[in-house]
Amino acid sequence: MAEPIIQLVDITKKYGDFTAVDHLNLTVNRGEIFGLLGPNGAGKSTSILMMLGLTEPTSGEVRVCGINSTTHPIEVKTRVGYLPEDVGFYDDRTGLENLVYTALLNGANRSEATQLATELMSRVGLADQMSKKTGKYSKGMRQRLGLADVLIKNPEVIILDEPTSGIDPKGVQKLLDLIVELRNEHQISVLFSSHNLHQVQQVCDRVGIFVEGKLIAEGNIQSLSQQLFTHGMYLIELGLDEKSLPKNTNPDALWLKQILEPVEGVQKVTRANGLFQIECAGDVSSAVSKRIIERGLGLNFLNRKEYGLDAIYNRYFEGGV
Amino acid sequence: MQFITVILKEEFKMNNSSSSSVRPFWVIVNKEISDTVRSWRFLIMLGLIVLTCMGSLYTALDDFSQAIKASAPEGTFFFLKLYTHTDGTLPSFIVFISFLGPLLGISMGFDSINSEQNNGTLSRILAQPIYRDFVLNAKFVAALIVLGILFFALSLLVLGFGLLFIGIPPTAEEFLRIVVFTVVSIIYVAFWLNLAILFSVKFRQAATSALAGISIWLFFSIFFGMIVNLIAKGLAPSVFVSENQVVAFQRFIQNIMRINPGQLFNDATTSLLMPTVRSLGPLTTEQMSGAIPSPLPLGQSLMLVWPQTTALIAGTIVFFAIAYTMFMRREVRSR
Repeated sequence: MAEPIIQLVDITKKYGDFTAVDHLNLTVNRGEIFGLLGPNGAGKSTSILMMLGLTEPTSGEVRVCGINSTTHPIEVKTRVGYLPEDVGFYDDRTGLENLVYTALLNGANRSEATQLATELMSRVGLADQMSKKTGKYSKGMRQRLGLADVLIKNPEVIILDEPTSGIDPKGVQKLLDLIVELRNEHQISVLFSSHNLHQVQQVCDRVGIFVEGKLIAEGNIQSLSQQLFTHGMYLIELGLDEKSLPKNTNPDALWLKQILEPVEGVQKVTRANGLFQIECAGDVSSAVSKRIIERGLGLNFLNRKEYGLDAIYNRYFEGGV
Repeated sequence: MQFITVILKEEFKMNNSSSSSVRPFWVIVNKEISDTVRSWRFLIMLGLIVLTCMGSLYTALDDFSQAIKASAPEGTFFFLKLYTHTDGTLPSFIVFISFLGPLLGISMGFDSINSEQNNGTLSRILAQPIYRDFVLNAKFVAALIVLGILFFALSLLVLGFGLLFIGIPPTAEEFLRIVVFTVVSIIYVAFWLNLAILFSVKFRQAATSALAGISIWLFFSIFFGMIVNLIAKGLAPSVFVSENQVVAFQRFIQNIMRINPGQLFNDATTSLLMPTVRSLGPLTTEQMSGAIPSPLPLGQSLMLVWPQTTALIAGTIVFFAIAYTMFMRREVRSR
């Protein structure tokens, strides 16, 4: 059984009348990359602040590495690396000096700190930027420096709040690769908050979808689809050759549904713009085409669409379930 | 016996852990000091203050023969004249300190918290295993250390130059008076420093907090006197009232004046550097009768300025406490 490293138990955070986080229950296990996906203002950052003990929950309990973050924030902060959204550095200091400062704050002595900082700078690919002032760093470089800054305390967990916002696609890719590498090397648990679906999909083992202070779905991509779609996670679009149809038949959805009866997993058939749309739980496109051919019908169009997180995400952000 | 060793061991452990958790505090202090010393703002203020001090020292020395010609009892403390005497072309050293000190304090504190917040460094630093108040305390302590070094250096510099030009060393009491004066100046600047830190916690924009600090400073150094004069004119008793009433009125006006921290500082420094000052309030002839016209000893001067000094310290603490509570209760988000 996986060992939980971050546990949020029935967390609520209110600002006056406004409920930012509403009875949130969330568990992140050791060694996994968990994606917290949600639109801006969903309460992601607030939850993260509570995990670090930087703000107190109105009710509920937060445990990180088995320690209560609200009452023992210092112990938690020695184990957790936090990269805030749009991280800042002292612009008139060099990248190395900034890292050394963080290491010193974490109780290292100066020689240790310098050595560690140098190693990490090259680890995140900033070896040749060490003596450059951070004021001159590009956004992508700052985020990578931020990652080094988080790693310098040798954390068990790292929490990244929107680490990819404002970086170009290449920079994003580098950063994501780095995160996965780090996880694989050191078995660090990662909590990754983002509103960008594709990035989350790419690196996260599990995802939680967070809307208006509530976690509405949680799990890996597949189980999410199953949780959220009572019908159909694949959509097959099918076109039939009119000439091949037997005479005196009305090629409507019901008719096709009957034909496809033996194919397991077909849930719903509709007809639109001359094409049939078949919703099904699994990828049954080959079975469907086989069945069509067997009946002597001509198949002139077949297209399979997979409902990714995209569809799930859009669906939630549009507000409908 | 065994019990005691156990307790001692526990104690030892606790000491160990507390010393390791205090170390980051000095890391921050270190960084803040080096930041301050490197910053252009501080260098400009330093240049300004050093220049004015040299100027006032020059005027004091230029006219020094005038100063020490005075009557015998004052003459014994002529070294202190270096700090207070002026030939009228430039204000004296203490006037400069009371005028520029607040500006120095404000310039050192006005962006201490909000700039960190705006640069996004505050949330990163607070995510490190340090207590939150370390940030605020360390900034205050760092500024205080820099101020302390600066003011002692300035005072001793004036002393040294005086020594070179006059050729007579100061007496031990004069030296002690100079040291106490320096300490009071540091407290005075720390008062403004804390006001500025308070504004830096309160206002998100550094410009707003700087302006707030400077406007309070201007209010007290320019307008407050005028307002008190207006009140005094309005309330002035007629010529025919009893002596007691006149004295009470004088006291009242003086107490209003003392709301101004600059006034407190001036009261304190004048009585420290001019031992002949016997009282900061009005003295009746009865009180003066039988008094020996000699300067006060240091202990008596200290007693005279004690209320002023404690008031300044209290103000400093109050501002710091307000800033502290506001900062501790605030939720720190990135930018």
